[in-house]
Amino acid sequence: MNIAIREQKADPQATRLTVVDCDIHPQVRSPADLQKYLPERWRKHQATFSNHVRQALSETLSYPRMTPDVARRDAWPTNGGPPGSDLEFMRQQHLDLNGVEYGVLIALRNGGTQRNVDYGSALCRAVNDWQVEYWLDKEPRLRGSLAVHPEDPVGAVKEIERASADKRFVQVLLPPRMDEPAGRRRYWPIYEAAVRAGLPIGMHVGGVGGHPCTAGSGAASYYIEEHHSLVPAMQAVVTSMVLEGVFEHFPDLKVALIEGSFAWVPSLTWRLDKQWARLKEEVPHLTRKPSEYVREHFWFTTQPIDEPDDPQQLFDVMTWIGWDRLMFSTDYPHWDFDDPRYVFKAKLDEPHRSMLFRDNAKALYGLK
Amino acid sequence: MARHVVAKADEIAPGNNKLVTVKGREIGLFNIKGQYYALANKCPHEGASLCRGTLVGLAESDGPGHYRLTRQGELLKCPWHGWEFDVRTGQSWCDPNNTYVRQYAVSVEAGSELLKGPYVLETFQVAVEENYVIIEM
Repeated sequence: MNIAIREQKADPQATRLTVVDCDIHPQVRSPADLQKYLPERWRKHQATFSNHVRQALSETLSYPRMTPDVARRDAWPTNGGPPGSDLEFMRQQHLDLNGVEYGVLIALRNGGTQRNVDYGSALCRAVNDWQVEYWLDKEPRLRGSLAVHPEDPVGAVKEIERASADKRFVQVLLPPRMDEPAGRRRYWPIYEAAVRAGLPIGMHVGGVGGHPCTAGSGAASYYIEEHHSLVPAMQAVVTSMVLEGVFEHFPDLKVALIEGSFAWVPSLTWRLDKQWARLKEEVPHLTRKPSEYVREHFWFTTQPIDEPDDPQQLFDVMTWIGWDRLMFSTDYPHWDFDDPRYVFKAKLDEPHRSMLFRDNAKALYGLK
Repeated sequence: MARHVVAKADEIAPGNNKLVTVKGREIGLFNIKGQYYALANKCPHEGASLCRGTLVGLAESDGPGHYRLTRQGELLKCPWHGWEFDVRTGQSWCDPNNTYVRQYAVSVEAGSELLKGPYVLETFQVAVEENYVIIEM
């Protein structure tokens, strides 16, 4: 009988695996953290009018989540503050524990859904400056995503030109649900600026304000109904960007779909190719089959992983998509986090492991 | 199989748990309404630490619009993806035949019994008048 009784603490995992995590959510300790990066004009606006987004209850999410702050129950920092707000706690619980070689920050609630686009653009700028000072300057493993307001293309272009001088920003962040489908020309100046800055577009699930998750058939009842709606939202992005001819106009544009899952990609491209063969007269600006644009221009992150009963079937899907287009992500600290040790239920050989967990993301984001 | 003294019976209040390590394995010791249960501290889905989860009840329904909450505090909900496990059996509620948490046999013994052996007490000072929780492993 030799009993140690102790408080739980994070032990480094006995794993040689190192990962590039393409989806980590940092958060402010309180909205006051952003004040110092906002001009006086917008601080006053915030104090007087607060936020205005296209949903009721502007300070929360449109569907009640099953856990507080959408987070893992164990992700609340011991020193207080919300999940994702404490760098040292993030190091212990995630970066060190899970062998994160690089982590790409996705700052949500960044101003990009504000109806007042000037205020929203000012918030995006503040969030970018906050990322640099609070995270990138302190932790060399982290990289930033450049926040812009999608409905303010002029402001977005200016911000891309300003902030992309810091090479630690590895992509321009947009939500899949914008005021119009992602391929519409109002967004093309943003794509043009991203290409000019040498940055991919990262589309992380979001932008829900004002749009029913059912894509037009009304408001759904349950969070379980809304959670999977990241799939139709991403399908709409792919369909619109391909069919509007975005990639004919911007042959160097790359798009990473983040937290949009991926098992749906083959069936969508089969269907688009089939219809293109019959209807291409309507979109003569396309010079190739839709699936070829998808294969060349889109990347997909793995979380929330699809879990077929036979785990091998997931690898079949990955083969159809292309192994070089899939990038591992955890969504830390959110509740639907994927753990790199257990996310794949069948054995993955070393070359594919290396591509998924590291190499593909390093190639897309220019990480050494 | 050896018997390990892992806690004083009164140090885990009903509805609480304690993380203990036996033979290098983390085990969550739960007090559910006065009964003790021991489960491996690792979710079979993606490995989360189950002791960080919450004890919940079971929301049951006979059909849309009818709800009742039963078995309050008897199900352990994983802190990550919310898988629910019956603390009494270790079984997953959604997939009871294939997904379960390893359980260990637990008993409560009086200190006066423990002092008779065959236990070897290395880290516990056992008092005759107290009760202790024992895991068999």
